[in-house]
Parts: sequence; structure tokens; C-alpha cells
Amino acid sequence: MSSVAPLPPQISSLRMIQVLGGIAMLSGFLVVLTYQLTLPRIELNRQRAIERAVFQVLPGATTRRDFLVDDDGVRPAGEGGSGTKVYAAYDADGRLKGIAAEAGARGYQDIVRILYGYDPACQCITGFAVLQSTETPGLGDKITRDAKFLANFPLDARLAADGKQLANAIVTVKHGSKTGPWQIDAISGATITSTAVGKGLNNSAQNLLPRLQPHIGKLEVQP
Amino acid sequence: MAGRKRDDTITADTFLEGIWRENPVFVMLLGMCPVLAVTNSVMNAIAMGLATTFVLIGSSTLVSLLRHVIPKQVRIATYIVIIATFVTIVDYVIQAISLDLYNALGAFIQLIVVNCIILGRAEAFASKNRPLKAVVSGLGMGSGFTIALLCLGSVRELLGSGTLLGFSVFGAQFEPWVVMILPPGGFFVLGGWLLLFNWLRERKASPEVKEAVHAR
Repeated sequence: MSSVAPLPPQISSLRMIQVLGGIAMLSGFLVVLTYQLTLPRIELNRQRAIERAVFQVLPGATTRRDFLVDDDGVRPAGEGGSGTKVYAAYDADGRLKGIAAEAGARGYQDIVRILYGYDPACQCITGFAVLQSTETPGLGDKITRDAKFLANFPLDARLAADGKQLANAIVTVKHGSKTGPWQIDAISGATITSTAVGKGLNNSAQNLLPRLQPHIGKLEVQP
Repeated sequence: MAGRKRDDTITADTFLEGIWRENPVFVMLLGMCPVLAVTNSVMNAIAMGLATTFVLIGSSTLVSLLRHVIPKQVRIATYIVIIATFVTIVDYVIQAISLDLYNALGAFIQLIVVNCIILGRAEAFASKNRPLKAVVSGLGMGSGFTIALLCLGSVRELLGSGTLLGFSVFGAQFEPWVVMILPPGGFFVLGGWLLLFNWLRERKASPEVKEAVHAR
């Protein structure tokens, strides 16, 4: 092999493979070590973040249990299987305060992921907390602070007579034109984010509540 | 830079170079992506600066230790693997420290991999110097980067939210300049700092240098 440029002395491919392989193994070792060391803390942080959000959307709750909801009914999350995960929250006396579930819809920048609280006693959505959002600071992130927007809650989420869908679909309306308790009055200047909240809530509630409400008794008493 | 002697002595200059004369942001204009993107608050700026400093020091050390082992032909691939390792470590550590911080920094933690300061220092400095010197230089460059991010972050948070590290500075009646925490604000503030930095450097330059420049 002849080369034009003054290359460094030719080295056998084997040597390159050895070096790259060795360094890749060292890297793998370091990454796995860090993963193992930080995993318990990361899990704990995730748990805490969810717990904080659940207790925020269901004020007065002190403990929570996780359940999975699917077409067959409701069962504790620990038993495996698939379904929509919901968090049942209880007050200090062990009474059911409400159920929290995740919802999400496309906002201005990216998916806005929220956790909302549902109170079966009034069949209403009590409030929501943002789990993940990259909305414009100062505009879209107002959904957590704007007093008028937060006054939309509790939001009516009654089931229709046949129990298969909501009596009134949750919908975001233009700022100042709210007429029913199931409508969300958008923030002027953050309409897209407000709409995303409404859309996310409607999708999740339409899907979850008809399957959850008939089995709500299973969640009532904390074992 | 070209005329620098390549010896093994570590002087104060090895460290200070990264902070002033070769500041990665204000002089070399490297790594602009995180500089503009995550400096909308002081906390984000500090976290990003520290994360980059850690990766810089870690990768410099390893590259310097292995500088006689790595064949020239595969050096870039090797550096990338080493840098990616330290970035992944930082990624996990930040998740373990605070998920809120992790969410605020978003994809920019992973993107440290392609930050040209780090690859640049591995290629230009760490691969030619002893580990200790590479660490000192990496610490200097990292500090310079962190200081630059702080410069931008403090101005943007102060004007854009009226707070510093989350504490209110101007009181409740202050109307925040929202544009400052949006991307255009990053460019405005960076431009302002570059102006100030270059003016200071110009003023500091010795008269002979000025004469030589003007004579050309």
C-alpha cells in the first residue's frame, strides 16, 4: 500500500480493533457502574415526583396506591398485566379522596404531559399538575399560574346516561366565552397550550372514566 | 497559540488561559448551542457549566492517560467514545440529583457529546500533554465556560423573570421582559457580552500591539 500524504507509521488493523475494543469495554464498565449506583436514587426521585403531583391535584390526600384499569376492570398495579395506570389517593382516615391519572396532548412546542385529579364523589376533575412541558416561558407555562385559568377547576366530567362516554366532552373555548362547567376558558396569549390541556383531559377522561366509574367501589376502602 | 512552548510545567497560565485569554465562549466562540439554549436561568447555567466541566476534565484525563496507546488513525472515534461515556455518567448523576433540573436542561445534557470545546481540547491539548496538566487546563476551560454561562444566565434571569436564583429582585410590580428568556434574548445578551469582552481586551492590549495592527 502506498500513500501520498505523510501518514503516521502504518499500524495493523488488529491493533486498532484492540484499542477501540478495550476502550469500549472500559466505557461500558463505567456506564453500567454509574447506572447501577444511581438507579435507586433515580427511581426514588421519580416516585417522589409522581407522589408530589398526585397530592397536589388531590389536596388532603396522604397515601396512595397504584391500580391498572383496562376493559375487564380494575386491579392493583403490583399484579402485573397491562392497562392504564391510575393512582388512588386516600386521606389520613383511609377514605378515597380521588384518582389521579396521566394525560397528554400536543402543545405549541411538544407534548404537554399532565397529571389530573378526578373526584368520583362530584364526578369532576379537581385540578392538574404539569409533569413535562417545554412550552414558551412566560406564555404557555402560565397554565400552572394563571388564576383565571385555574378557576376552570373543578371541571365537570359526568358520564352520560349510558355510561359509555362523558355527558359533555371537555373542550377548550376562546377566552371569555365559557358557558358550561365542562368548558375550559383558554388563556389569552396561550391558546394552544390551553387547548392541549383540554384535549389531553378529554381524551384521557373519555377513555378512562367509563371503564373506571363502575368499579370505583373496588378502590373505596384502603386495605 | 501557535508559538506556545510545549513543556510539562504547569503554571497559573495553564489554568487561567481558559478563563480569559482563550475563553471558550467569549474568545473562541465554541459550544454556542448550550450557551444560547440553557442560559435562561442562573441555576440552569450553573448546572450546564458544571456538567460540561466534569466531562471536560474526565475526558481530558482519560485521553491524556491513553495518548501513547491510541493509534492516530482511530483517535477521533476513541475520543468520541470516551466523551460519550462521561456524558452518560453526568446524565445519570443529574437525574439522581434532581429530576426538575434534568427536565429543565432537556436534551442539552446528551448534546454535550457534540460540544466542540470538549473534542477540541481532547485533540489539541489532552492528547499532547501529561494527565495533570490536561486536568488543570480542563478545569480552566470548564471554569471559563461556566463563568460565561453565568454571565448570560444572570442577565437573562434578572431581566426576563426579575429574579436571581429564584429570589425576587425587583419586587412584584416589575414587568418581566419575556423576550430575554426566549431564544432571541440569548442572542441579545451574548452580543452585549461579546461587545464588552472585546472592548476590554482591546483596551488591555499593549500600545506596541496596537501600533503594529494600525501600521498594517
